[in-house]
Amino acid sequence: MMQMAVPLRRVEVSMPELSQAVLELIRRTSTDLSTDVEDSLHRARQAEEPGSAAAGALDTILENVVLARSQSTPVCQDTGTPLFFVRHPAGWSTRRLREQIRQAVAEATRMSYLRPNAVDSVSGKNSGNNLGDDAFPTIHFEEAEGDELVIELILKGGGCENMGAQYSLPDDRLGAGRDLEGVRRALLDAVHQAQGYGCAPGILGVAIGGDRGSGFAASKETFLRPLGDTNPDPKLAELENRVYREANTLGIGPMGFGGKTTVLGVKAVNLHRLPACYFVSISYMCWADRRRRMTVRGDDVVIE
Amino acid sequence: MRTLTLPLSPEAIRELKVGDPVALRGVMITGRDAAHKWMIDTFIRKTRAPSGDDLAVVEAITPILEGGAIYHCGPVVAGLDTKAYRFVAAGPTTSTREEPYQGEVMRHFHVRAVIGKGGMGPKTLAACRETPGVYLHAIGGAATLIAKTVKRVLGVHKLDFGVPEAMWVIEVEDFPAVVTMDSHGGSLHVDVEARSREALARLTR
Repeated sequence: MMQMAVPLRRVEVSMPELSQAVLELIRRTSTDLSTDVEDSLHRARQAEEPGSAAAGALDTILENVVLARSQSTPVCQDTGTPLFFVRHPAGWSTRRLREQIRQAVAEATRMSYLRPNAVDSVSGKNSGNNLGDDAFPTIHFEEAEGDELVIELILKGGGCENMGAQYSLPDDRLGAGRDLEGVRRALLDAVHQAQGYGCAPGILGVAIGGDRGSGFAASKETFLRPLGDTNPDPKLAELENRVYREANTLGIGPMGFGGKTTVLGVKAVNLHRLPACYFVSISYMCWADRRRRMTVRGDDVVIE
Repeated sequence: MRTLTLPLSPEAIRELKVGDPVALRGVMITGRDAAHKWMIDTFIRKTRAPSGDDLAVVEAITPILEGGAIYHCGPVVAGLDTKAYRFVAAGPTTSTREEPYQGEVMRHFHVRAVIGKGGMGPKTLAACRETPGVYLHAIGGAATLIAKTVKRVLGVHKLDFGVPEAMWVIEVEDFPAVVTMDSHGGSLHVDVEARSREALARLTR
């Protein structure tokens, strides 16, 4: 072993204290449904027959959205697993960011913006503050160019999480081979299986390929896309549009009451896969698709 | 809209048909996964002996369940530190997880209304015929709106199950729901599943 004295230049990185800002991000996400989702629910309401159970369900849903926003109370009591996606400038401490996010999650729980949801799977004990192991809340970190910090938050409830599904193609029962037609069959089957259980009308987040773990992770990340956007890959855009159209002819409808709107959107991503594997991983997001983005630049904090 | 006052008589139940919108009033109790498993294991199938406050709790909830309603709900509750409990958000949770237990719970405690979302299966539908009882579908995710219909929190049992899983005794007024399974064998969920299965077959021929 040789010891050397090399003059190293030290870089000072100043990080802001973010727990108050993250608390506000959580409050907004839990209580204030984003406009694209609300608009899409309004369009769904217009499409249903007046006086039908489906129209009644959507009226209640829309009334609830307005009330939650005005009272600053959760849109849905199942505030789910908080999923944070953090893009930070070079040199920031992810350990300190994690601490601040966890502090904000516990405070948001105390203030009833979040329900205590972290349950120890062996003892059955609820931690009471939404802090569990390192994956609860789930925090993804990624270093990005520039000096902006962006934190996106998704609150995904357990009812819709239970409706997620993973298909391994080929699937003989579905007549689904290893191509986009096979993927289409898997997606329509998943919508049928989900019926109204996951609080339809829902949104499908789809990863084609990957492995069992990366597929589900990527399927959830697609929920960060705005509802009305178009997939830059024309083949996936075509698949999304077709499945969206066809799923809405299944007649499952809001809450599974029957009706014209069963899904509000389909978002797909293409992942490289192993030659032996062809997974289709589907996450189902309920109509209460709660997601917000916070951007921090200098002292400016913007939540949209 | 028909107002249903808890507890419910067999006659009132028999009048209800799939598709009827209802407004509930009176005292009901929340109970979901942990509560159903506890009731089944301790008092119905008796695979474990009562311990701790089990007997006191069952004595307290039995009169509420008699002809009453059980609500599949894990609420957000304020006032946990002062015990001045208030429901902040209280929509239904997915009921089908209680399908292995619900029918037995209905028969044992004479529960006449099961409230939740997503509907339930053949075992619960059979219990609805016998008890008689109904399944009332609340609107999933309408948590703030439903919490407004909870006028008072009268108490809580088994808080050690955690806030979502505890059994909250609540007094409600104008609690909105739709009958989706009735005591005559009718189930909207069976109908929608069958129709959507046919539609799926057409799309994937």
